[in-house]
Amino acid sequence: MTTTSGQAAPAGATARQAVGTTAPDAPTTAVEEPVRTERITLARAITLGMRTALANDPSVLLMGEDIGRLGGVFRVTDGLQAEFGEKRVVDTPLAESGIIGTAIGLAMRGYRPVCEIQFDGFIFPAFDQITTMLAKMHYRSRGRIELPVVIRVPFGGGIGAVEHHSESPEVLFAHTAGLRVVSPATPADAYTMIQEAIASPDPVLFFEPKGRYWDKAEVALTPYGIPGAGLDSARIARPGTDVTVVAHGPTVATALRAAEAAAAEGTSIEVVDLRTLSPLDTATVVESVRRTGRCVVVHEAPVLYGTGAEVAARVTEECFFQLEAPVLRVGGFHSPYPVSRLEHDYLPSLDRVLDAVDRVLAT
Amino acid sequence: MTEPDLVQLLTPAGGRVARPDYDARVAHLDAAALRGLYADMVLVRRFDTEATALQRQGELGLFPQALGQEAAQVGSGRALRAQDHVFPSYREHGVAWTRGVDLVDVLRQFRGIDHGGWDAAAHHFHLYTLVIGSHPLHAVGYGMGVQRDGDVGTGDPDRDTAVVAYFGDGSTSQGDTNEAFVFAAVNQAPVVLFCQNNQWAISEPTSKQTRVPLVDRGLGFGVPSVRVDGNDVLACYAVTAEALERARSGGGPTFIEAFTYRMGAHTTSDDPTKYRTSEEEQSWREKDPIDRLRAYLESIGELPQSFLDSLDAEAEAFGERLRTEVRAMQPPPTSSMFEHVYAGPHAIVDAERAWFEQYEQGFEDVAGGAR
Repeated sequence: MTTTSGQAAPAGATARQAVGTTAPDAPTTAVEEPVRTERITLARAITLGMRTALANDPSVLLMGEDIGRLGGVFRVTDGLQAEFGEKRVVDTPLAESGIIGTAIGLAMRGYRPVCEIQFDGFIFPAFDQITTMLAKMHYRSRGRIELPVVIRVPFGGGIGAVEHHSESPEVLFAHTAGLRVVSPATPADAYTMIQEAIASPDPVLFFEPKGRYWDKAEVALTPYGIPGAGLDSARIARPGTDVTVVAHGPTVATALRAAEAAAAEGTSIEVVDLRTLSPLDTATVVESVRRTGRCVVVHEAPVLYGTGAEVAARVTEECFFQLEAPVLRVGGFHSPYPVSRLEHDYLPSLDRVLDAVDRVLAT
Repeated sequence: MTEPDLVQLLTPAGGRVARPDYDARVAHLDAAALRGLYADMVLVRRFDTEATALQRQGELGLFPQALGQEAAQVGSGRALRAQDHVFPSYREHGVAWTRGVDLVDVLRQFRGIDHGGWDAAAHHFHLYTLVIGSHPLHAVGYGMGVQRDGDVGTGDPDRDTAVVAYFGDGSTSQGDTNEAFVFAAVNQAPVVLFCQNNQWAISEPTSKQTRVPLVDRGLGFGVPSVRVDGNDVLACYAVTAEALERARSGGGPTFIEAFTYRMGAHTTSDDPTKYRTSEEEQSWREKDPIDRLRAYLESIGELPQSFLDSLDAEAEAFGERLRTEVRAMQPPPTSSMFEHVYAGPHAIVDAERAWFEQYEQGFEDVAGGAR
């Protein structure tokens, strides 16, 4: 994995002109800057990660609705147009398919577009461009055309929003070969993962847990970026011995709170934060379940054909003789996302996670 | 409703019509250049004939003919410069020819051995797009990149760059095509939106796509628009040259409606007798793009028999090479379906590939490799 880490752009650098398939010829003047630590929100971590990428790589540009003067409806691009100009932080027409379609063309010309889809439920007008065009171009060109396009999607519920503003469509994209699908759960991961997504030679769907945008944590920052763990690995968010709880994005915090509550009652939960759905880091999950013998998968998306189904199948294939109980899933129901006054009964809550933990332990 | 102006420099009978607004665009085309356009169209039509025959013989799974649209494709394609970039639909064999793509490679997709077949960057000719109307947006995005690179309006003819998207009358109903007009207009992107209105989207006539002449659609987006006789290679060259100059100089996008006719079936799987009349087909045959240039060249005494003989020989040799090379094309190795899914490593693809190779290996281990 290449990153833009340690590479600074000279003043006045312009985007490269080559039509190409390789990473940009970034200048190599490395400047040592001390890492400083700041307590920031997850949203701010993404802002600063993009700011670093914009500063270090002149081929990076941001595109989306209301991302310029307004700074995005969640203010994730706040201040970036003022700093980098209208050609690099682009307020687009209100047309999601147009955003992704033109991003594909820009990527063919050598740019690295980072597109913001304003809300999860608004990504579907772009579904054809993403799954039919963006995902397949590298394959159908036999590797000649790389499309390093990032699509940022604020997703998930719990914020009291109106219809189409609380959905979790991530597996629709994870099901599509050619796309990488990732979701950070913490400010620190958000900061590194957005930079890794931008540096990736592949298209990346970057699902941002909007309900956690305002979670704060210490994040190590440097003007020249820092290498993270890569975009293809899960992490153990909390070690434990009795049950493995697998989560990603917004439900990682739910799982951690469940682990805290269970610990008070003497149950040791290990929380695995998937971080990536495509690829899926099966090895980390399997290693954990082989130790605990029990597995619960938690996500906001409906369980039918979901991430939980995939994880359960792979755990069953690889941990069959270590499993003490069937793998259970906690997630959304097979109904459209409900009205906001009911969403807390729809979303996988602390209690529903603990209920599933109790059930796998009772077996 | 009044019919829009149709730019025409050659009548169907091959007479030269004066168009003071466009004559200068073709003034530099001498007899040799005109014979070159004629040869282009003849050879592209030969390709159509050969590929259709190869499909009938079972060598290709499918083939979409460009028959009748040679002037629109060759005329516009020959107006391009090397650095210009083209985003075709799937019937643009004539444009591919002008971009130096070996038409043998175009048949890789239709033989089922490749999803593309040529190096898009090397030819400045993107891979065919089969989903109707998806690629004009790619062209506009590419053009936005050209703008950011500063390759518009410098006055350097070898640097200033235009981008052309080819699409059809059916495509104009797609949302993505309309979004391409919006993005092109608001960005003043250096693009030419080139619609070949061949009257038929498979079985649906243009009247099922629009209540107004297609050319009138462009104005609503703020895009200068022109309708050209798509069977007139000179007129197609002229209007495209004008649009390309506007794009390269920073004047923004142009919409061209090339009014033409799909003389063949939609593809080799189609049966036009179910939806259109032979009278209609005959009326368009009388406007054949190759016949009219031939008539014009003959009328000015610039079509010597020696040229026609040598063109015949070239077409024969081309046909022979097509048949031989297509029949020799082998499918790629099975393992290639796991290649290039991603540019970087991907654990799931790697694991599935490893499993599949082991599975295949298992058959070879059985006595004598029996399956």
